[in-house]
Amino acid sequence: MFTQRITAALAGATALSLALAGCGDSGGTSSSSGEAVTSLSILDYYNNEPDKSLVQKGLDACATKLGVTLQRETVPGADLIPKVLQQASSKTLPDVLMLDNPDVQQIAATGALAPLNDLGVSADGFTQGIVDATSHDGKLYGLAPVVNTIALFYNTKLLAEAGIQPPKTWDELRAAAKKLTKPGRYGIAFNANATYEGAWQFLPAMWTNGGDETDLTSPQVAEALQLWVDLVTSGSASKSVINWTQGDVKDQFVAGKAAMMVNGPWNIPSLNESPQVKWDVVQFPVNKPGQTPIAPLGGEAWTVPLNKDEAKQQKAADFVKCLSSDDNELAWAKARFTVPTRTALGPQYVKEVPSMKAFSEQVANARSRTGKLGEKWPDAAKVIYQAIQLALTGQASAQDAFKKASGS
Amino acid sequence: MVHAPTRPSRSEAPATQAVRRAGGRRRRSEDLTKLLFVLPAAIAMLALFGYPVVKNLVMSLQDYGLRTFFTGAAPFVGLDNYVTVVTDRLFSKALVNTALFTIGSIAFQFAIGLGLALFFRRKFPLSSLLRSLLLLPWLLPLIVSSATWRSILEQDNGILNRSLAGLGIINEPVPWLNSPSVALIAVIGVNIWIGIPFNVTLLYSGLSEIPDELYEAGSLDGATGWKAFLHITMPNLRAVAGVVLVLGVVYTIKVLDIILGLTGGGPANATQTLATQSYERSFVDFKFGEGAALSNILIVLSLLFAIVYLRGTRRAVDE
Repeated sequence: MFTQRITAALAGATALSLALAGCGDSGGTSSSSGEAVTSLSILDYYNNEPDKSLVQKGLDACATKLGVTLQRETVPGADLIPKVLQQASSKTLPDVLMLDNPDVQQIAATGALAPLNDLGVSADGFTQGIVDATSHDGKLYGLAPVVNTIALFYNTKLLAEAGIQPPKTWDELRAAAKKLTKPGRYGIAFNANATYEGAWQFLPAMWTNGGDETDLTSPQVAEALQLWVDLVTSGSASKSVINWTQGDVKDQFVAGKAAMMVNGPWNIPSLNESPQVKWDVVQFPVNKPGQTPIAPLGGEAWTVPLNKDEAKQQKAADFVKCLSSDDNELAWAKARFTVPTRTALGPQYVKEVPSMKAFSEQVANARSRTGKLGEKWPDAAKVIYQAIQLALTGQASAQDAFKKASGS
Repeated sequence: MVHAPTRPSRSEAPATQAVRRAGGRRRRSEDLTKLLFVLPAAIAMLALFGYPVVKNLVMSLQDYGLRTFFTGAAPFVGLDNYVTVVTDRLFSKALVNTALFTIGSIAFQFAIGLGLALFFRRKFPLSSLLRSLLLLPWLLPLIVSSATWRSILEQDNGILNRSLAGLGIINEPVPWLNSPSVALIAVIGVNIWIGIPFNVTLLYSGLSEIPDELYEAGSLDGATGWKAFLHITMPNLRAVAGVVLVLGVVYTIKVLDIILGLTGGGPANATQTLATQSYERSFVDFKFGEGAALSNILIVLSLLFAIVYLRGTRRAVDE
């Protein structure tokens, strides 16, 4: 106790003298912008294991490289935007901010983020879809090292038993789903709930068929909705899809209550925990031969909020750049079952992680949700999920649903 | 000498004045003490209740969106937000749903609660244990209740449909949460289940307040059973019943978590209420001005009920 107090006193005295020495030294020679940046604060929503520590590894690697220490804060996914709003109004945004890619344009439009082009960061060699998502008014506001998308998972054992090949067209999908439906088991599971998640799950069908969010009343979009309607009304998919989340969909698949599912690669770790379920993945089927499967891009981008301290802002930009280096992209992609955004890394990645082949192919042609509509995307997404709900509950036909949902 | 008696004599005056002055000083310091007692509560009320209400009112007149948090700019738009939310195609549906939800919940909660309270008035073995078990729905966090009910009501594998089918009551599974025509009923049902303990507890204590002598005297006059209930129980329970009903309405009209947990307002907006709409506008669309406008409408509706209640109780006191 006594010695502790002496140590504390000595430490205090040392600190004081150092501070005084510091004051004496700085007389006129160094300006504030020239001070070395020694720490960066970070906010992200990877608050669950194993993602939390896997992300931490990549962050630490870049911190060591740039000679900074990190103050990282993680919040649950749903709390991120409220937290960002809170910090924005109290001017306490972190130096490096992670955002879900469809949110980047909305936040950038408020003027809260620093354009990365001015800070020596570019997205050359990145897959175009993600560059669209993280750009606003021709400027780059974030970099996403890895991305994901959704495709068709299927239970290899159940398909083999039924003598079915994984479907490549919608007709094959309808037929396969029907044939795989048995008492207590549905052919396919997907999420059609009344949230942005429900809209996101519909996009592979809509975009693959040539539908477009700028004109939701087109016949191509209606055809895609008809696919969802057919799967539910034929009994090949549960009527509960209108309330399911993607997590529910995965649970159905793992429990053997669905032979196929539309879902993303983030489920692979939890699928691997149930080795009795044998599965594989194919790209989302096409309506007519010759079409290319186009799915939406998921994943998070790292951005730099505007900072008066230019040195810190520059350091933060360097940090974001480092997170998208070849090494880190590959490390994160392998550890977290995501796809690297630098297209050149694709072949090597698929060689090392064969289970990600279908997702890598699907990402190559994938589009971002905000690529065309920018900050107006949430309005379109709302119309999409409401139309799906109207059609699946029989309140409107697939042809009329979008008109009805948009209120015209 | 008409004026003489009214005018105080000179020798008397200073004394009375001194007494009066001393009394005034005492009264003033007493007033100050009273004020100091009220002050903490008043400050707390203003900070925790007054400020949000005023802020909410101001916000409902502003274009308060995502941008506002970053730039601080929230231009005044007059009553635009109110016009937007009232003319929205979902407004009338949400209003009707709010009314159905509130009336349906309250009516059944009260009726079942009163029935159970009367039942527990009879002393029987384990009655107090059973009565405390009845409180369970109240003790569970709402998010837990709604998640549990969501799995109970699941169409294919939910325990309710399985049980009903096993008992031969239904042939086809009931789409509790999947059909726009059934979902509201299911949501109301769950809310009734949650509200019963509150009603039982308050009504039971109200019943215990009624002196047994009244029933004894009544039975001498031939008022037993149903008649005793109508002429002794009901009039004596009126005050408590009033409190239960008004609090019930105020609590139910703003219910959000149960609906969000069960259906999220779906399917196809079948269970949207003013509260869920207000939440959605504020925290999904980030149009805080519109969300505030809707919540103000909700506040005014609850206020109307509160006024009805206050007038009712005042009349009861006057009588």
